[in-house]
Amino acid sequence: MIEAIGLTKRYGKTVAVDDLSFTVAPGRVTGFLGPNGAGKSTTMRMILGLDRPSAGRVLIDGKPYTSLDRPLRTVGALLDAKWVHPNRSARAHLEWLAKSNGLPSRRVDEVIDLVGLTKVAKRRAGGFSLGMSQRLGIAGALLGDPKVLLFDEPVNGLDPEGILWIRRFMQGLAAEGRTVLVSSHLLSEMALTAQDLVVIGRGKLISQTSTEHFIQEATENTVRVRSPHSDKLGAMLVDKGFTVRDGEDGALTVSGASSDQIGDIAAASGVVLHELSPQRGSLEQAFMQLTGDSVEYHAELVETGK
Amino acid sequence: MTLLAVERIKLFSTRSPWWCMLLALGLTAGITAVIAANWGDSPIPVIATVFTHSFGLYVIMVMAALAVTTEYRFGTIKSTFQAVPDRTSPMVAKAAVVVLLSALVGEASAFGSWGLSWLLADDTSQLALNTANDWRHVAGVGLVYGAGALLALGVGALVRQTAGAVSIILVFALVLESVVGFIPNIGDDIQKWMPFTVANKFVMGDPDLSALPEGAGPPTIGDLSPWGSLGYFAAIAVAVYVISLVVVKRRDA
Repeated sequence: MIEAIGLTKRYGKTVAVDDLSFTVAPGRVTGFLGPNGAGKSTTMRMILGLDRPSAGRVLIDGKPYTSLDRPLRTVGALLDAKWVHPNRSARAHLEWLAKSNGLPSRRVDEVIDLVGLTKVAKRRAGGFSLGMSQRLGIAGALLGDPKVLLFDEPVNGLDPEGILWIRRFMQGLAAEGRTVLVSSHLLSEMALTAQDLVVIGRGKLISQTSTEHFIQEATENTVRVRSPHSDKLGAMLVDKGFTVRDGEDGALTVSGASSDQIGDIAAASGVVLHELSPQRGSLEQAFMQLTGDSVEYHAELVETGK
Repeated sequence: MTLLAVERIKLFSTRSPWWCMLLALGLTAGITAVIAANWGDSPIPVIATVFTHSFGLYVIMVMAALAVTTEYRFGTIKSTFQAVPDRTSPMVAKAAVVVLLSALVGEASAFGSWGLSWLLADDTSQLALNTANDWRHVAGVGLVYGAGALLALGVGALVRQTAGAVSIILVFALVLESVVGFIPNIGDDIQKWMPFTVANKFVMGDPDLSALPEGAGPPTIGDLSPWGSLGYFAAIAVAVYVISLVVVKRRDA
């Protein structure tokens, strides 16, 4: 269980994380979702006691990270797979980590085996591919058999096989009753991995809810209707309690009604329809809509020919 | 104790400390061998066998600075603080391991150089370690290396970048300390309190300057006694190191 209460981080005048409160429950994969620069990594560093919050606090099972005894036994984290000395062997890297928290070197062999790096354990970590580095990072996170796990963008840059492996792995960890928080800037990825979502933008909490609910809410289903009598039809639909907006080229965009309902209403009052098509919002569109105002670095679309 | 083991694993599982130690030993003993072999007919004094100790000191300080800056460079400092969140204890453990190792390298370099001089010099009648001063000239090298390593660890932890930390140490020791001597009127007074100048007096100096044998090199400068000089150098090292501990504790990792 991770509990953030009013977590705030300022760098000079920039507010990276702004009064952020959320909880991460055990037994589920919780996605920590937000565009690049939203403050996900900063929040994760604060959870681990690496960065000091400007205000607020974050507790792990009721305690701040810095007061945990031998913390690797409680919290495992993979924030950056490249946090390894390139000339140190994978085994030596895990060996010193294990030693620091009083874990036996038998455990080092176990986690190496678990992530499938046994054959390359003696090789220098600097020569590892990104996928192998991620596996080494995960091995490090699992060393202390922790109840709480944090992963920062674990699938970034991985091939589909690697993504699938990590996704299944995280779900497996949650199924064992652990608390798993995994950050990502891709809703489509989180839709497949996480059961719960904590969504942030510009350091502020946008939503904490189940993934299913978030997607349902976010991807509004609309129906596009084109008719020569759109004024009349629009008025009737509004009377029925549906939301009607004027779309492009005189078409109407109706939300809250299915295409069946609209067709029935039109037929009952003899209104001719030229088009009746259900529109489904995509996940990415929904995500952009929700966090659109809170994206840190906008790529301005260049308008041409005008 | 476990943290000492952690820092030992970290230090010895990469190659640069081994290279630095070999280089420190090779530079000091190698150049001393050339000096001893070419000494000529007069008896070689004990002090001549440690003329080269400062070469090794700089290399050892680079090793000590690297021990902490590479942790910042490769992000392993974050894993370290994740594993031991109080931050001070792993930094102290690192200092204990690095300082002890540096002192051992210092002793190996000094006694190695002295031993080679026995083998290579023509007249070794003055080379036996008879007096407390003789012992200080040779065995004192280890103490200076240890204190220097602590200073370098402090600088490394404050600066966090290898290039920055190494430049500061080398420019200070090799350039700044001699250049301040050129400042009119006050230059000499400043220079004799510069840390590396003072440290040099501990190894090379003598309470009775007239007692120094012929060929003992340029006179050491400074107002402190040799042991007072070591105390002064060590105090500066401890001060910089303690400041670095406070900064590391407060700063975002």
